[in-house]
Amino acid sequence: MIEISGLTKSYGATTVLDGIDFRVDDAQIAAIVGPSGAGKSTLARCINLLERPTTGTITVDDRELTSLSRRDLRDARRQIGTVFQSASLLRRLTAAQNVALPLRYLGLSDAELRLRVRDLLDRVGMLHRANHYPAQLSGGQRQRIGIARGLALQPSVLLSDEATSGLDPDATRSILDLLTGLRDDLGVTILVITHEMDVVRTVADVVAHLDHGRIVESGAVADVVRRSDSTLSRALLPLPPAPAEDTLRTWRLRYAADAIDPRWLARAGRELGTDIAVLAALVEEAGHEQVGRLTVGVDAGLDDRRVAEAFARQGIRAARATDGDVELDEQAIA
Amino acid sequence: MTALVLGTPWGEVPDLLLPALGETALMVGIVMAIVVALGLPLGLLIFNTSPGGLAPNRTVNASISWIANLGRSLPFLVLMAAIIPFTRFVVGTTIGIQAAIIPMSLAGIAFFARLVENAVREIPPELLDVGLATGGSRWQIVRSIQLVEALPALAAALTLNVIAMIEYSAIAGAIGAGGLGYLAVNYGYQQFDDNIMISCIVLLVVLVQVIQFTGDRVVRVLSH
Ligand SMILES: Nc1ncnc2c1ncn2[C@@H]1O[C@H](COP(=O)(O)OP(=O)(O)OP(=O)(O)O)[C@@H](O)[C@H]1O
Ligand SMILES: [Mg+2]
Repeated sequence: MIEISGLTKSYGATTVLDGIDFRVDDAQIAAIVGPSGAGKSTLARCINLLERPTTGTITVDDRELTSLSRRDLRDARRQIGTVFQSASLLRRLTAAQNVALPLRYLGLSDAELRLRVRDLLDRVGMLHRANHYPAQLSGGQRQRIGIARGLALQPSVLLSDEATSGLDPDATRSILDLLTGLRDDLGVTILVITHEMDVVRTVADVVAHLDHGRIVESGAVADVVRRSDSTLSRALLPLPPAPAEDTLRTWRLRYAADAIDPRWLARAGRELGTDIAVLAALVEEAGHEQVGRLTVGVDAGLDDRRVAEAFARQGIRAARATDGDVELDEQAIA
Repeated sequence: MTALVLGTPWGEVPDLLLPALGETALMVGIVMAIVVALGLPLGLLIFNTSPGGLAPNRTVNASISWIANLGRSLPFLVLMAAIIPFTRFVVGTTIGIQAAIIPMSLAGIAFFARLVENAVREIPPELLDVGLATGGSRWQIVRSIQLVEALPALAAALTLNVIAMIEYSAIAGAIGAGGLGYLAVNYGYQQFDDNIMISCIVLLVVLVQVIQFTGDRVVRVLSH
């Protein structure tokens, strides 16, 4: 469990994080997204106290970190595994020696250490590269070694800052499988920082959108994707652009497939006494749910409120599409 | 005294040269042991008390940095003369190998401390974060990350320092410290003994080349 409350971080006059409140429950994967410079890495560094928060508290598994002594903090940090951007491996140590580093700090015996390192390398599928130096590994392999090192002390919390950025889709996929495995098998609480919406869509349980040091939107991914009027939901599941029609007014609709009657389109049309034009439509899985998204055209003569209510009665969230919001979609966040 | 004009016969040159080479090696060897023992911790201290280090402390950093600069700001000959009272206090004499070791060590420590500081500064800062985030103590991080990752750079620094100390040992020859510098100055320069002069020069050049070559090889082997 990670609980961040009232977190502010300033460097001199510049405030990088501004009143962050955020909570990640046990065995959940939370994703932090946001534009470059939003403060994502700073947030991660505040959680393991590599940066000392200016104000606010960080609680990890019922232990408040900002008030700990240096010695206690070292101990608390062992509960928090960190996977650094571009792995940050020691160049002069082999993969196995890199993974062993936190265990050596802990003072484990050589025999015990070898056993644990074997296990860890096996878990990330890197046993066959144990004696390779980082320069002899691919980016994806280095990242796996970084994850193995982050897991060495069997932490209850894992922080990952852009662990998949710059990796090809296959490598990304296998790292994400690894993360979900950790959550499901070991109950690890994971915070991933990413600018890839695919990552959020496939592994995250909750998501927060950080912008200029503030969380501007957050929630369970399953809820967020059903919001019809949110930047985050549009970034997560962008719709293809729909052709404009003069006599039609464009609406964006969202629904969870299991919460509606399949005949909703015909029923809404009948209620409004008009034919609804489907301009674009997608059904996708996100946050473990089938989410349908449509862009539809409705007779411009109808009252907006009446249209929205007719859709709402079918369990559909509807919002008027405004000009240009299609382009806004993905780059608004990434 | 034909020897004075013609120089030492070539056959007798090795008898003079080899003991001098031995003295130089002894002087540089002792000095380097002192330099590494004191310069390495000093360099680590300078880096780690600086803003990117493990225990930033402006006052401590400024003080030791100032002292290290002091050791490097004077030309070696001037430093040697300036600290004669100190040298006499420590080793009880102002001539010979013992007397040369004191100023050489001081200059060497100051030089090496800076080289060590630069070598450690080259380590990506995230690696120190790795050490902290995985529960390492500062001392553990110095040993397991700073010294390990900087090893190739430290080997290069050591090479540079040994060569500088050979040069200083030659200058220290002027105060009768013995070694190749003493030989070159006393026979080669003051007695116009060209054979000795040429031999000393060739030997010094070869010595420096061999040390640099070896140092470069070591650095290559250490870098992965
Ligand atoms: N030590 C520091 N001193 C001053 N400003 C800093 C410091 N560290 C970070 N910042 C500033 O804080 C802001 C947020 O930085 P941060 O690295 O957290 O962004 P980010 O969201 O991780 O961006 P990116 O996606 O590019 O990694 C930036 O404007 C950066 O300049
Ligand atoms: Mg970042």
